[in-house]
Amino acid sequence: MKRKKRLRKWLPFYLMALPCVVYLFINNYMPMAGLQIAFRDYKASDGIWNSRFIGLKNFEYLFTSKEAWIMTRNTIGYNLFWIVLNVVLGIAVALFLNEVRKKSSKKFYQTVILLPYLISMVVVSYLAYAFLSEQTGLINGVLRAFGKEGIAWYQKAGYWPVILTIVYEWKNIGFNTIIFLASLVGIGKEYYEAADLDGASKWKQITRITIPMLLPTIIMVVTLGMGNIFRSDFGLFYQVPKNQGLLNEATSTIDTFVFRALMQTGDIGMSSAAAFYQSVICFITILVFNGIMRRASRENAMF
Amino acid sequence: MKRMKRRKKNRFLVLSHVVLIFLSICLAAPFLLLIISSFTEESMAVKYGYSFFPKGWSLDAYRYIMGNLPLFGKAYLITILVTVTGVIAGLLIASLMAYTLSRKGLPGGRLLMYYVIFTMLFNGGLVATYINYVQVFHIKNTYLALLAPNLLCNAFSIVMLKNYFQFSIPGDLGEAAQIDGASELGIFFKVVLPLSKPILATVALIVGLAYWNDWQNGLYYLDDTAMHGIQNVLNDMNSNAKYLMQFAGGRGASIPTTTVRMAIAVVGILPVLVVYPFFQEYFAKGITAGAVKG
Repeated sequence: MKRKKRLRKWLPFYLMALPCVVYLFINNYMPMAGLQIAFRDYKASDGIWNSRFIGLKNFEYLFTSKEAWIMTRNTIGYNLFWIVLNVVLGIAVALFLNEVRKKSSKKFYQTVILLPYLISMVVVSYLAYAFLSEQTGLINGVLRAFGKEGIAWYQKAGYWPVILTIVYEWKNIGFNTIIFLASLVGIGKEYYEAADLDGASKWKQITRITIPMLLPTIIMVVTLGMGNIFRSDFGLFYQVPKNQGLLNEATSTIDTFVFRALMQTGDIGMSSAAAFYQSVICFITILVFNGIMRRASRENAMF
Repeated sequence: MKRMKRRKKNRFLVLSHVVLIFLSICLAAPFLLLIISSFTEESMAVKYGYSFFPKGWSLDAYRYIMGNLPLFGKAYLITILVTVTGVIAGLLIASLMAYTLSRKGLPGGRLLMYYVIFTMLFNGGLVATYINYVQVFHIKNTYLALLAPNLLCNAFSIVMLKNYFQFSIPGDLGEAAQIDGASELGIFFKVVLPLSKPILATVALIVGLAYWNDWQNGLYYLDDTAMHGIQNVLNDMNSNAKYLMQFAGGRGASIPTTTVRMAIAVVGILPVLVVYPFFQEYFAKGITAGAVKG
C-alpha cells in the first residue's frame, strides 16, 4: 500500500526523465559499449558484436606507424603550450578590463573580445584564408607590395604551430578573459585600499594580491585543460589548415587522425584503435586531474 | 602626494584602454576583412588579393547568391529549422530531466545524477558514435543526422538547469499548486518553466549556437550536398574547388568565386553578429557557468 503510494508520487518524475535517459543511452552509452570494436576486425555486414575478434592487432598497426607519435606529440604539445597562454593572456586582459569603470566601454570591449568565440570553425577557416591564401591573401598582397615573394602558407608545415596558436588564441581569449574576470570581480576592494595606503605599486598589488587571490581559478583552468590534454579541437586542426596533407607534421592530432582514418581512408581498425586510445586516456586524465582539483579546492571539483 | 597617486592610477587606466582598443581591433579585423572582401570587385580581388582598402567595390557576390537563391536559401532554411527544432526539443528533454533531478528525496536520484555526470567523463568517440548511428539507427542521409548526434542535450545544460530549479525556485510554489490539484507535468509547465526564463534563455542560446555553427554532423552523416545547411555549404566550398561551378548553369567562368566565398561566410555569421550583442550577458553567463561548474 505504502509502496504503491510512493510509486504514484514519483512515477511522473521518472516518466519526465525518460526521454533524456533514452537519449543519453543512445548518444553516449551505446557508443561507449561500441568502443570494443577496436579489438575486432570490423565488417559492416557482421556488425559491432559479431565481427571477428583479433585482440590487439589494430593497436599494433597503430603504434608501429609514424603517425601515432606525431599525433600524440601534437595533441599534447599544443595543449600544454595553450594552457599556459590561456592563463597568462586571460589574466592580463581581465586585469585591464577590470580597470575600466565605465559600464558602456566595459560592455563594448567584452562584446568584441568574446565575438570570435561564437563563430564556427568553418567560418574561421575562411577568415584565415583571407589572410593566408597564396594568390589572394592579405599577407601575401602586402609582401608583394613591398617587392617580396608571396609565401605558400598552406604548403609549409613550419609556419603552422604559430598560425594555429594565433587562431586559437584569437578565438578563445574572450572565453578565458571572462572566466578570470568573474573571479577578479569577487576580490574585495579593501585589500587594494589597504595596499594603496601602504603605498604599494600597481605591479606589487597585482603580484601580491591579485594573483594569489586568483589561484583557485588558475588551478581550475589548468586542471580542466590538463584533463583534456588528449583531446583537440577537431575543427581547428581540420578546417583551418584546410585538411592539407602537406601540413600533417604540424597539424595532425588524434582527432584529425581518427576522422581521416574513418572517413577518408576507410581504415576502421586504425581509427577505432586511436579512438579507444583517446577515450581511455582521456577518462584517466580527467579522473586524475579532477582528483587533484578536489584536493586543491573542493568546490571547484567537477564531481 | 595624493594627486600623484591619482595620476598614477589614471596612467594605468589609460594603458588599459590603449591595450583593450588595440586588442579589439586585432580581434575584429578578420571580420572586417571578410566583410570588405565580400564587397570587393572580383577582378580587383583576383589581381590584388583581399584587402582592407580594395581598389573597386561591387555587389556581384551578393547578386550571385540572390541569383542562386534556391540553393543558398534552402541551405539557410535547413540551418534555421534544425536550430529551432534542436533548441526546443533539447531544452524540453534537458529541463524535464533537470526538474526530476532537482526533486529532493527522489528514490534513485543519486544514481540518475551519476548517469548524467558520467557522460562528461567518458565518451565513445567518433568511430563508435558514427557506427552506432549509421549501423544501428540508420540516420545516414536523413535530416535526423543534423539533429540527433551530440548536440541535442548534454550533461552541462542539465546540471545548469537542475541547479537553477533547485536553488532559485521556491519549492513551496510547487506544493501550493499541488494542493490545488495540479499534476506534476502541469506544475512543471505552468509554474517552474515560467519562473526559469533567465536560465532557459541562457541554455537556449548555447544550444542554438551549437546547432547554428555545426558542420560536423553534416560532414559525417550527409553525403547528399543538397541536404546541407549553410555551414556545410561553406565546408563544401572548402573541400571542393569546383563546388560553385555546378550551380553556374554553363557560365562557369563568370562566377565571382573569390568574393562569393566570402559573401556566403558573411551570410553564415550574420544572425550571430546581429543577435549576439543584445544577449551578450546571457552568452557570457552561459559560457562561464558551463565551463566553471559542470
